[in-house]
Amino acid sequence: MSEHNEHHELGFIRTYVFSIDHKVIGIQYAITGLLFLFFGFCLMMLMRWQLAYPGEALPLIASWFENSQMMPGGVMSPDLYNSFGAMHGTIMVFLGVVPLAVGGFGNYLVPLQIGAPDMAFPKLNAASYWSYFVGGVVMLCSFFLPGGPAQSGWTSYPPLSILASTGQTAWLIGMVFLITSSLLGSINIIVTIVQLRAKGLSFFRMPFLVWAQFVTSFLLVLAFPPLEAAAVFQLMDRVAGTSFFMPSGLVVGGMPLQVAGGGNPVLWQHLFWFLAHPEVYVLILPALGIVTEIIANNTRKPLYGYKTMVYSVLFLGFMSFIVWAHHMFMTGMGTTMSNFFQTTTMIISIPSVILITCLIITLWGGSIRFNLPMMFALAFLPMFAIGGLTGLPLGLATSDIYLHDTYYVIGHFHYVVAPGTLFALFAGIYYWYPKVTGRMMNNLLGKLHFWISFLAINGIFMPMFIQGFAGVSRRLHTPNFYAHAQAVQGTNVFMSISAWVLGAAQLFFIINFFLSLKAGKRASDNPWDATTLEWATPTPPPHGNFLQEPVVHRGPYEYSVPGKATDYIPQQVS
Amino acid sequence: MSTAVIHYIDHPHPVTGVTNSKLGVWLFIASEVMLFGALFSSYIILRIGNPAWPHGWMVLNVPLATLNTMILITSSVTMVMSWAALMMNRFDRFRLYMGLTILLGLAFMGVKGFEYSSKFHHEHFPWTDNFYGIYFTLTGLHGLHVLGGILLNLYFLVTGKRLWTRNPKMFAGRIEAAGLYWHFVDLVWIFLFPSIYLL
Repeated sequence: MSEHNEHHELGFIRTYVFSIDHKVIGIQYAITGLLFLFFGFCLMMLMRWQLAYPGEALPLIASWFENSQMMPGGVMSPDLYNSFGAMHGTIMVFLGVVPLAVGGFGNYLVPLQIGAPDMAFPKLNAASYWSYFVGGVVMLCSFFLPGGPAQSGWTSYPPLSILASTGQTAWLIGMVFLITSSLLGSINIIVTIVQLRAKGLSFFRMPFLVWAQFVTSFLLVLAFPPLEAAAVFQLMDRVAGTSFFMPSGLVVGGMPLQVAGGGNPVLWQHLFWFLAHPEVYVLILPALGIVTEIIANNTRKPLYGYKTMVYSVLFLGFMSFIVWAHHMFMTGMGTTMSNFFQTTTMIISIPSVILITCLIITLWGGSIRFNLPMMFALAFLPMFAIGGLTGLPLGLATSDIYLHDTYYVIGHFHYVVAPGTLFALFAGIYYWYPKVTGRMMNNLLGKLHFWISFLAINGIFMPMFIQGFAGVSRRLHTPNFYAHAQAVQGTNVFMSISAWVLGAAQLFFIINFFLSLKAGKRASDNPWDATTLEWATPTPPPHGNFLQEPVVHRGPYEYSVPGKATDYIPQQVS
Repeated sequence: MSTAVIHYIDHPHPVTGVTNSKLGVWLFIASEVMLFGALFSSYIILRIGNPAWPHGWMVLNVPLATLNTMILITSSVTMVMSWAALMMNRFDRFRLYMGLTILLGLAFMGVKGFEYSSKFHHEHFPWTDNFYGIYFTLTGLHGLHVLGGILLNLYFLVTGKRLWTRNPKMFAGRIEAAGLYWHFVDLVWIFLFPSIYLL
């Protein structure tokens, strides 16, 4: 075996740019994903200026846009505001969180945690990264098209999206690249997990993160293609003049529109949400996996209800395919359909609650270490719980009809995705940074990052529930124009200031990230005294990962076993 | 070049009974089933929502499509023969059958092209109505899949000799995977033909 692990010297480009090593590709995914998250966040900070001070020129940078059509005199036009809204959503979901959670963490950790030398298809892995990269570039280029990027929200509902400017075509082409990328990536992850587990690593000895990635990959394989079909239809509608999503007799701007007609705009919503509801779990499950690893490690206890959690996550994955129309209670579907989808929606909350409850019970009686990753992981629990519980009124048709498309919805899913999922991803970055770079991250900077982010992020999203109850619609460009929204305009100022504070707090993370690369404390191979296999490799792991093929003898979380000298037993020790 | 050894590339996993590439192709086909499943369901929804939807056999060229169905089914047979030839260690036979498969694929595309051009000639375009929209989108996307299969097979035909001499098992595995894909593309046509041309 050892002779196979000899490391041929490769040039810089083959080692770091067009690499086929899963660890390098994972890092590429993570860095690109973080950059896109930052970019999407900047779009949001600009939008928050317009919402807090409608019609006022942007501070400091207004002079850049004197002659711009989209931002005359530095004041954001409604078109530009819509573009930013659509691109913020698209970038955060498809270019930020998923590539970071599945591409980054999945690629880096899955082969290491199951004791494999690499992914099953290393070249396909590289292809999937570069497909994502091209998709991202297409999305970014759409900002420079005449008429600007897509404007119809991240959901691209027709007929609006079909009448929109050329940016929408770029959006569709970009999406096809992103869909291809995640298909290739998730096929690779599934095959790797099924075929390449180390000797002795049965399915019920896999770390929970691997299970989470496994289910996530199945969701991606099965849910994304319908969106691809929808994208093909919409592309045909825009480019070839078909009218799959265009109804007959549409009147636009007072004039009847000349299309063949006979299409069905609600069909797009079905195809879109058939992907986009499972997509929610694609965002959450890897995050949940990361949090589980960190909580098990830092309570120094075996995970409570490991098998229950696995069955829950499988059930969750299955159920996520039959809840999609709870996004569509307002489309006028019949009560039978509504009944079915609100029932399945209530059912899917059961495995979610089981997962969170197992994590909370795991904390019970543990000797908890409050290190940086653990703080983020602990913050995930209440934040995700708020996000989940505020979802229940939206899953019931009666209350949804009032709350639909208000800021309440924005508050709900941002609690799941921003302080929920993103905190988990930060926890993961702090936790595995020593393995990837060989250095620890700075504790003080990390704590500043955590506490300021934790306060500021609640300052953004908590008032959204108030705005939602007040009936403020989610896509208002000038909220103070409407009488009912004026009453809560003050919260907009508060939320915007919180958003900028949150943005400033990320500087601590960015400084920490780069400073620790050079000046961080050197990390040992297993700085957190963890049991899972990735800590059994040298730091950072070499090409081929393991010095000899690992053999697994026990479950993943053997902490504080009675009668043992150390409080943990690594998986590969017999 | 990766120096790490990845298992089960040329021989099946003892528990799952498949090689990595075979499992990968099956998963890919599962995703393709979802893609075409969504396309077919959309077709059904658009069709039942439109009382003026014409019958396929009244406007489309059924004899030509029947010919194409036969061409494609024959190509599935030759595809299996090319894999079977490798199993019997006959690389020359593999070449023959693979070449035939590619030619039949090209013939299918040729007939398709003739059909399209006659439709264009009679001023039937995707934007004419949703029937032609569906017709061109579904058969066009299927045509792209056939084209992909032809290019893949051509790649194996041209570069196959080297891998065959180095690792015959691995090469046979690749042809088997390519065959699974090719059969799947045929199967899509088997669904497309009745639902668009005959109903």
